[in-house]
Amino acid sequence: MLACRNGRSASLVLEGRVVDPLEGIDECLRITVEQGVIVRLEPAGASRLVVAPAFVDPHVHLRTPGREDEETLATGTAAAAAGGYCAVLAMPNTDPVVDNASVLASLVERARAEALVPTGFLAAISKGQRGEELTEMGELADAGAAGFTDDGRPVASAGLMRRALQYATVAARPLALHEEEPSLSRDGQMHEGAVSAELGLAGWPAVAESAMVERDLALAAYEQRPLHIMHVSARQSVAAIRAAQERGLAVTAEVTPHHLCLTDDAVRSLDPNTKMNPPLRSEEHRLALVEALRDGTIACIATDHAPHARHEKEAPFEEAPFGVTGLETAFSALHTRLVAPGVLPLATLLERMSAGPARAFGLPLPRVAVGERANLVQLDLDAKWTVSEHAFRSRSVNSWLLGETLRGRVVRTVADGREVHAA
Amino acid sequence: MSELAFADAPPAPPREQRRHLLAVSDLTRADVERILDTAQALARTLDRDVKKLPALRGRTVVHLFYESSTRTLSSFELAAKRLSADTMSLRSSGSSVDKGESLKDTALTLGAYDPDVIVLRHPAIGAPQLVAGVTRAHVVNAGDGKHQHPTQALLDLFTMRAALGRLDGLHVAVVGDVLHSRVARSLVQALALVGARSTLVGPPTLIPRGIEAIGCEVSHEIETIADADVVYALRMQSERMQPGAAFVPSLREYAARWAITPERVRPGQVVMHPGPMNRGVEIDPRVADSDAALVTEQVRSGLVVRMAVLYDLLTVAATPAPVAAGVT
Repeated sequence: MLACRNGRSASLVLEGRVVDPLEGIDECLRITVEQGVIVRLEPAGASRLVVAPAFVDPHVHLRTPGREDEETLATGTAAAAAGGYCAVLAMPNTDPVVDNASVLASLVERARAEALVPTGFLAAISKGQRGEELTEMGELADAGAAGFTDDGRPVASAGLMRRALQYATVAARPLALHEEEPSLSRDGQMHEGAVSAELGLAGWPAVAESAMVERDLALAAYEQRPLHIMHVSARQSVAAIRAAQERGLAVTAEVTPHHLCLTDDAVRSLDPNTKMNPPLRSEEHRLALVEALRDGTIACIATDHAPHARHEKEAPFEEAPFGVTGLETAFSALHTRLVAPGVLPLATLLERMSAGPARAFGLPLPRVAVGERANLVQLDLDAKWTVSEHAFRSRSVNSWLLGETLRGRVVRTVADGREVHAA
Repeated sequence: MSELAFADAPPAPPREQRRHLLAVSDLTRADVERILDTAQALARTLDRDVKKLPALRGRTVVHLFYESSTRTLSSFELAAKRLSADTMSLRSSGSSVDKGESLKDTALTLGAYDPDVIVLRHPAIGAPQLVAGVTRAHVVNAGDGKHQHPTQALLDLFTMRAALGRLDGLHVAVVGDVLHSRVARSLVQALALVGARSTLVGPPTLIPRGIEAIGCEVSHEIETIADADVVYALRMQSERMQPGAAFVPSLREYAARWAITPERVRPGQVVMHPGPMNRGVEIDPRVADSDAALVTEQVRSGLVVRMAVLYDLLTVAATPAPVAAGVT
């Protein structure tokens, strides 16, 4: 399901405070990797570096095919490597849309030639993401689809959504949903609230997401099928997901770093790098997301890395496209804004960036254990660095963190037994 | 301020201290009062035979208009000319914009002539911020989408002050399509700045949720306008009635419930409208043509207030960052 270019499996040694919540490890160790496999764990002296299972991003846009000027498999996965990721899942809203096996197969082939980090591809739920007819999910699953989503757009028709839930049984892959009731979010530019009222920007209300989440949870419960809810932004969506989980429904959810760190107050700047979909919401929503991440209702952090051409983002707010990049800053941003101030334990952040998303998509769980392929990230929690557009590996620079000084940095990434990043 | 103050071109503040007028929030109460006083002094010069003043001789003011406009563009152009500035007006049609040039590139192109001021009207919120970021000019927002129209708010304050003698403590009812109105947003903020009260009145579908946070009250009942000193009617835009965007069931029903009619105007109230009016929709023609209506006064105020804004931007340096908290 994951593909990347061949490389030499490394033999290397990493030392540091090893934090692996899955294995219950939090101690200073020396990890010896031979030919890509962890062969020894030995006690080591104190270190200011942390070593953890590498990250998994279940939601990135690699813009290939169609917008290779914004990102390619090579640049996007180089950005992932720099951000500490050992696996990423790419969205199918490309041009053409990944809605048939031949497009998917050509992407998998390109990933084998270009991708630095193992990359999986989600395929569309509906043909052309038009929300009318299902894609050939069975054949797409056979061709290696990591899941199905119409991300970027909702599945507006409840009838089609129900069919997708039923038919996904054949494909045996997760359905990942972009939740947005289009007749409520129509023309919406930002969260509907006091800030949108003041700025005059058309509102994209929280209820446009939560109403759709509730619809789809009801359908999933009726069909007794699992579901993954993407980039949750609203407090009411969190409540609905939590209630469904308590009723025993297999529903997982993800949240982005920007929704965990920013509120709609940031939009007052009218900086197009504060424009994303779903939009930044108010503090009560942000706090609900942080709480859901802490208690596990939301088990995945997803960057929704959305590269955009510079000239398209350099436009008036209302004309600029939605989305920001995130692969290279996710850990540092969340460490700075949530872990360092004591809001979220480090182990929780590491788990939600690695095992959480891997489990939601049925991917191998990165772990620090003898005999496992090495998927490791080494972090310097004290390193301070300033986000600059010149340092990005991504082909695009539309980051919400430009000019910010962050605390904590990825210094080394080992993905599938190969060293893919060393600062 | 005496008329003599405008007799010579005063020295310009350094560009590093340049100010923009992108939104009412760029202004302090002192700024507003100074601009209105300047406008009043300028108004006195309009009675002369020769109306041109030398105050901005040698300065360049560029008007860049991406939306149709009669009163705003004409009053800005005339304001700059009355102050002896060199002016240039570009409309989106018939310019490189027709050829798909981006706003950034158009701004860079015009910026290459080093104009002192760029007056921008644009349909997209955030356009003035973009232009301010890529040129060295002072930027005046002459309307950006549904966001802000700060010179309209200033000319409305000027009109109210002239008609009623004060601003502090005034109560203004703003009636109609607030949701799509940059005029309403700018006016409410400006009124709050000078100690006046405002109440937004209209159908619930046209009053944005959460608008109270900018400092106003909200009512859906037209009767509440009786309490106001000023009734300010907003233009009801017919494009809001398109299928799928029908914010009210019909213009007929809107007019029946929220139009400013003679029966709803109390003696002693004044009525304002930013124009262009839809007679018979948001305002009854009998009110529009009555003595209570200040619509032509608003247009006249537009000229002197825009003269005052240009003069103010080019002669008053930005105040240094406040030292003590709470000082703005």
